Amino acid sequence: MSQSALNPVYRKRLLRHRIGMALSVLAMSIGLAVLLWILSTLLIKGFGGISVAMFTADTPAPGSEGGGLLNAIVGSLMMVALSTCISTPIGILAGMYLAEYGEGNKFAQVTRFVTDIMLSAPSIVIGLFVYALYVANVKHFSGYAGTIALSLIAVPVVVRTTDNMLRLVPNSLLEAAFALGAPRWKVATLVRLRAVKAGVVTGVLLALARISGETAPLLFTALNNQFFSADLNAPLANLPVVIYQFAMSPYDNWRDLAWGGALLVTFSVLLLNILSRTVFSQKTPK
Amino acid sequence: MADMPDQVRSAAGHARMHSAMRRQRFQDFVFHKLTMLFAASVLLVLLGIIVALAIGAAPAFREFGPGFLITEEWDPVNDKYGALIAIVGTLATSFIALLIAFPVSFGIALFLTEICPAWLRRPMGTAVELLAGVPSIIYGMWGLFVFAPLFADHVQPLLKGTLGQLPFIGPLFSGPVMGIGILTAGLILAVMIIPFIASVMRDVFEIVPAVLKESAYGLGCTKWEVVRKIVLPYTKTGVVGGVMLGLGRALGETMAVTFVIGNANELSWSLFAAGNSISSTLANEFAEAESALHVSSLFALALILFAITFIVLSAAKIMLLGMSRKEGAK
Repeated sequence: MSQSALNPVYRKRLLRHRIGMALSVLAMSIGLAVLLWILSTLLIKGFGGISVAMFTADTPAPGSEGGGLLNAIVGSLMMVALSTCISTPIGILAGMYLAEYGEGNKFAQVTRFVTDIMLSAPSIVIGLFVYALYVANVKHFSGYAGTIALSLIAVPVVVRTTDNMLRLVPNSLLEAAFALGAPRWKVATLVRLRAVKAGVVTGVLLALARISGETAPLLFTALNNQFFSADLNAPLANLPVVIYQFAMSPYDNWRDLAWGGALLVTFSVLLLNILSRTVFSQKTPK
Repeated sequence: MADMPDQVRSAAGHARMHSAMRRQRFQDFVFHKLTMLFAASVLLVLLGIIVALAIGAAPAFREFGPGFLITEEWDPVNDKYGALIAIVGTLATSFIALLIAFPVSFGIALFLTEICPAWLRRPMGTAVELLAGVPSIIYGMWGLFVFAPLFADHVQPLLKGTLGQLPFIGPLFSGPVMGIGILTAGLILAVMIIPFIASVMRDVFEIVPAVLKESAYGLGCTKWEVVRKIVLPYTKTGVVGGVMLGLGRALGETMAVTFVIGNANELSWSLFAAGNSISSTLANEFAEAESALHVSSLFALALILFAITFIVLSAAKIMLLGMSRKEGAK
């Protein structure tokens, strides 16, 4: 049946359908275009900043030539690694509580609710909280303060994924373990947690990706340090804050370094995201 | 009495079993309380944040009273502070972001669930989620150095020439064209929250029972009609929840906004004008704040921001919970 033979009502409906679908495809193309635009900007501007010196030299003084990001890279790695070590056990244990004892339990329901809110809470407020709690008391900015702030951001991510993953474990598996006489803590750790190992690793990787790019909570906690330092009890250089300060600076070599650092951070974060996805899709029981 | 040794043995066995069970019960008790302690730590942090911010903000509220919320002046030189500029900036940028992000996210979610061929669904979905993974500081740099110059050269003059000439909304699109300002901040925020809203929408669209959609198709509905009249009404709460989640993100976003909002403590009708949001004021001024009242006023801003986002995110969460209950009932 040719189009002209259709009645006008149907033709109008068809037109509306086509416009709707076209707009939807347009929206998706806009999304993809922006992603490609941002990534290509990073690649083009970032490769100009990347050099061997970036990994071997410290951040340059104002007005001086060259320089690199070594101190910032080391500082970021230290804080992110330590935060992961702190937040992983806390997050997993809290997540186990929610999955294990959460059924019909008011306290657990409130905790789950609050965790979800903390997932999206403004990270700059977390920074301010750590400032009020720790920095204001010891009277100096430090890598420890930055680590605490990052841990506070990472914990809800780990709690949420652990809880979600544990609840996927089929009851029959747990019941089989109980029937053999295993106590609850053994079932929870050796059977349930082990069954979703990959899922929990996914959560940790996602948390890692999340805190690797966080800038706002570090502004008032770790601050920055122009020189190389591995002392967590002193202001510590870190990639996000260096990128922020250098991008806003008037010096060309600082801006180039900022773009190089931005490329480094973004691709590490995206790599972690993709890695967590492959870990998850490979070994999760459905 | 030949069975005596057996009884003795079984009594000893019972005793052993009892002690083993007692040990296990104790271990279970420890496990329960230990995990509970860590779960409670999440609640404790939330309480801690509220208390710490309230204590920090107290001097400012004592000095300026509730008028703090509606005072326009923000003057570190004379030590006079009011939150109006920052609050308006936060709300205006987030509102612009929602206005743009909602239709685009809807389109993306629609594409991913209804139009996209199955083999393309996974890579496309991953691409959207990667967009959500890009750190916010990158959006800020991209917005300031790449987007803003193009926006000032090509888009803003166009807006000024068309929408700026209309009555009522004209003043919104007037003034000097700088590339940065409230409108740019709103646009960058929109780009940032689109992936969040789109992935929530996709998830709720996927729970619509196939039977409902197939019935509609059976009656001769077009795909657009199925989406408008079956999928959307069925997922209404979930869609609104997703939008609120995006709003919560936009309100608290710091780095992207700080780069492009222009950081001016002025109130203007023009969306092209530079302004300030709560988070950008904090990022710019907190480390350099000298007077106690300045610091306290910044804490008060943070408390206001936390309160607003807490309410918005709670509403989002409650709506999405209602949605997942629907999924359970399916």
